[in-house]
Amino acid sequence: MDSLQYLLLLFISTVLINNFVLIQFLGICPFLGVSRYVETAFSMGLAATFVMTMTAFATYFINTFILEALNLEFLRYMSFIIVIASLVQFVEMFIKKVSPVLYKALGIYLPLITTNCAIMGMALLIPMNDYNFIESIIFGFGAGVGFTLAIVLIAGLREEAQYGDVPRDLKGMPITLILAGLMALAFMGFAGLAVV
Amino acid sequence: MAEYFAIFKNGLWNENPIFKLIIGLCPTLAVTNTVVNGFAMGLATGFVLISSEIVISLIKKFIPNDVRIPSFILIIVTFVTFTDYFLGAFFPDIADALALFIPLIVVNCLILGRQEAFASRNSTRRAIFDAVGMTVGFTWVLVLLSAIRELFGFGTLAGIDILGAGYTDMIIMILPGGAFLTLGVLVGVLNLLDRKVGSDNG
Repeated sequence: MDSLQYLLLLFISTVLINNFVLIQFLGICPFLGVSRYVETAFSMGLAATFVMTMTAFATYFINTFILEALNLEFLRYMSFIIVIASLVQFVEMFIKKVSPVLYKALGIYLPLITTNCAIMGMALLIPMNDYNFIESIIFGFGAGVGFTLAIVLIAGLREEAQYGDVPRDLKGMPITLILAGLMALAFMGFAGLAVV
Repeated sequence: MAEYFAIFKNGLWNENPIFKLIIGLCPTLAVTNTVVNGFAMGLATGFVLISSEIVISLIKKFIPNDVRIPSFILIIVTFVTFTDYFLGAFFPDIADALALFIPLIVVNCLILGRQEAFASRNSTRRAIFDAVGMTVGFTWVLVLLSAIRELFGFGTLAGIDILGAGYTDMIIMILPGGAFLTLGVLVGVLNLLDRKVGSDNG
């Protein structure tokens, strides 16, 4: 197995073929909630990608060296949610100290990420798929990039839809869901790209 | 009693989690390809919601305000782990079908939202009615959505053949795209009903 090629395929498959939002239905809440403008959507995506990569890193170690080593798998959900919550808190404090500009851009989105099921879902999929350390990092990063892609695309569509002649009862959430449905259909075209 | 009934009724329509509050959509979209899955998801979420609302409304006086969110999450995650192991032991088929979305009940905004908005500031009895109302409200939308998708996607309802052998399955209803489209149209129709009938009848 050519490992570099395999990792590239894993990345592409996570971003496009198994897109977290459109194909796996993870992270729908921010996808619908923070997608009114492209700019904010991009910041949200950036923050999520950052936290997801860090989470993949942290949960891999916790799962392998603490939970599995000590047969404590039944504590998996509890430890993961605590790790994610504290990681988000930590990242927030860190960014605030190091880069106030970045903090201004991401600040309000960071706390929202704790209840983003894409993060928790990603953390749980790593042990389910038996990824090793490198694969986990690529998977986490790819999941974040896929999330960013989906949320930025839908924000672009929503900005357009604002000026469209949408039936009164479909305004807001319903039309966004229908747009997302069409996007999900388009994303299924990527299924022909590769098989991992 | 009328007061409790009003709390219960709230979840059914006026504050329906899915099409009014727009929360808890990940499982709504992901597991509603068959009626059985949709119903099981509604029950599993309901069990976690009801138990955690009871516990939190009982101990709300002992939880310091600053750490209330982590405390809520710990209580919720305990019940989620219980549900996961219970389903895995007694209903392995359903546990396989719902897979990832059972543990993800932890981060379902509906559960945490109700603890914060209701259970942490109301009596236990009121919290039970609120939780049951929300559960029924969540479940009926889930079952309706999955019934539409299963009927057109497989031609069956809860595994029973309805449309006959001559029916060509609409694969799109089962695919992710169909989930988004169906929910979008369904919420649109429910909004229309809400506007025409008036929310006072809810």
